[in-house]
Amino acid sequence: MSELFEKIATGVIEGNLDEVPGLVQSALDDGLDPTKILENGLVVGMNEVGKRFKLGSMFVPEVLRSARTMHAGQELLRPLLAEAGADLGGKILLGTVQGDLHDIGKNLVGMMCEGAGFEVIDLGFNLEPEKFTEAIKEHQPTIIGMSALLTTTMRAMGHTIKAIEEAGLRDKIKVMVGGAPVDADFAERIGADGYGHNAASGAELAKKLAGMS
Amino acid sequence: MADNLTTTVSSKNQTVDINRALPTVVIGERINPTGRRKLQAELEAHVFNTVQGDAVAQVEAGAKILDVNAGVPDADEPKLIAETIRAVTAVTDAPICIDTANPEALAAALEIYEGKALVNSVNGETRSLETVLPLVKEHGAAVIGLCMDDDGIPALPEKRLAVAEKIIQRAAKLGIATEDVVIDPLVLTVSVESDAALLTLKTTELIVKEFGVNITMGASNVSFGLPDRSAVNAAFMAIAIRAGLTCPITNPLDPDLAVMILAADLALGKDEWGERWIAAYRSRNKPD
Repeated sequence: MSELFEKIATGVIEGNLDEVPGLVQSALDDGLDPTKILENGLVVGMNEVGKRFKLGSMFVPEVLRSARTMHAGQELLRPLLAEAGADLGGKILLGTVQGDLHDIGKNLVGMMCEGAGFEVIDLGFNLEPEKFTEAIKEHQPTIIGMSALLTTTMRAMGHTIKAIEEAGLRDKIKVMVGGAPVDADFAERIGADGYGHNAASGAELAKKLAGMS
Repeated sequence: MADNLTTTVSSKNQTVDINRALPTVVIGERINPTGRRKLQAELEAHVFNTVQGDAVAQVEAGAKILDVNAGVPDADEPKLIAETIRAVTAVTDAPICIDTANPEALAAALEIYEGKALVNSVNGETRSLETVLPLVKEHGAAVIGLCMDDDGIPALPEKRLAVAEKIIQRAAKLGIATEDVVIDPLVLTVSVESDAALLTLKTTELIVKEFGVNITMGASNVSFGLPDRSAVNAAFMAIAIRAGLTCPITNPLDPDLAVMILAADLALGKDEWGERWIAAYRSRNKPD
């Protein structure tokens, strides 16, 4: 039993996209609890990936491969988990703020958050504050994540948070921010709930904000 | 096959020609507060010691044009970029590449700049074309056009070529010569898509063939998220020069990169008598 979980976790760490879905399927065929497969297999693997990335012993392409592997395994579990009413971490809305066209970093965060079990809705880039508020009303996410890559567009993150407050939506969501010119001080100044230094710490932060870790 | 065009930029005392038959022109990227705490704090305080130190060091390391970005959050960017440019031109003769996303800052910079600047940048977005190009025309500057538009960065080289074409045509309509448009085909990281660099190279080849314009890139993006970035950057730089890159925006203080650019120029017949290669060797091996 635990051997299979270990195999799944190792498969995620190695980014073994060919084998992990099969391992998850055979765990299901063995009658194992989908929640346990997720928590003791896939998530254990992905947590280790996050740790190694932070330490600098794993690199972005490896992390993405692991995230994709995790995601593939999770897709098999999702309908069963939903049926069992399990909490997968909820939804995250991601977007790059107004005036800014950069989206590589934001996309990385999205992939990592999917890997961490969230449903990610990517709103795109160059988003006016209203785009965020409308999307919050429509999708009712747990978290919104904003990205800015320019010193001149980072203040649009503050404007967006204000717009969310004015729309009376601030209590309903957590806000996380990131991007090259952003730091924790700035995040605090504009009233965000957290700052992620890179894609892996962004996903970790999301889990913390969603009360998953 | 279009002829290779020459882009000329200048300061009060110096002219730089960019052309595919000539040595690669390095645009020094260091004067940019993004991710540089100390520089950001100095700029906020209108102190320009680091700016001037970076300017001199980059020129000594071979930069022929200096990119100047003064984008500090909540600062008066028009005033600050003008001051930063004055600080740079006080210590070097290298022409300036004005790097701002703020049209007022661009106008202010062009207003005080003595010479023909390179503007960084316009892109295919309607708003960008409408605000940046008239300023470029008014001040007789040259401009970098990014291959992205309202829909983001196209994945396909043909689509990026179409954005380049749109920028070149809009510029021509305003009376900006095609040789004064330098195209950036955009470099994404191979960390995320393994063929990202290849797409940039293909885009470069298409644009060069079609328009003969000069090509710039922020080439170090290619290695984002990878270990030993410097080696990846250097290899990509050499290949990109062969594909048509003529004026990379890069860090001339990275010794691997600087040597690779010189070696690529030498191998591609852009360094007659090996003069620049040998001079660089001597300066690296100068007895103390």
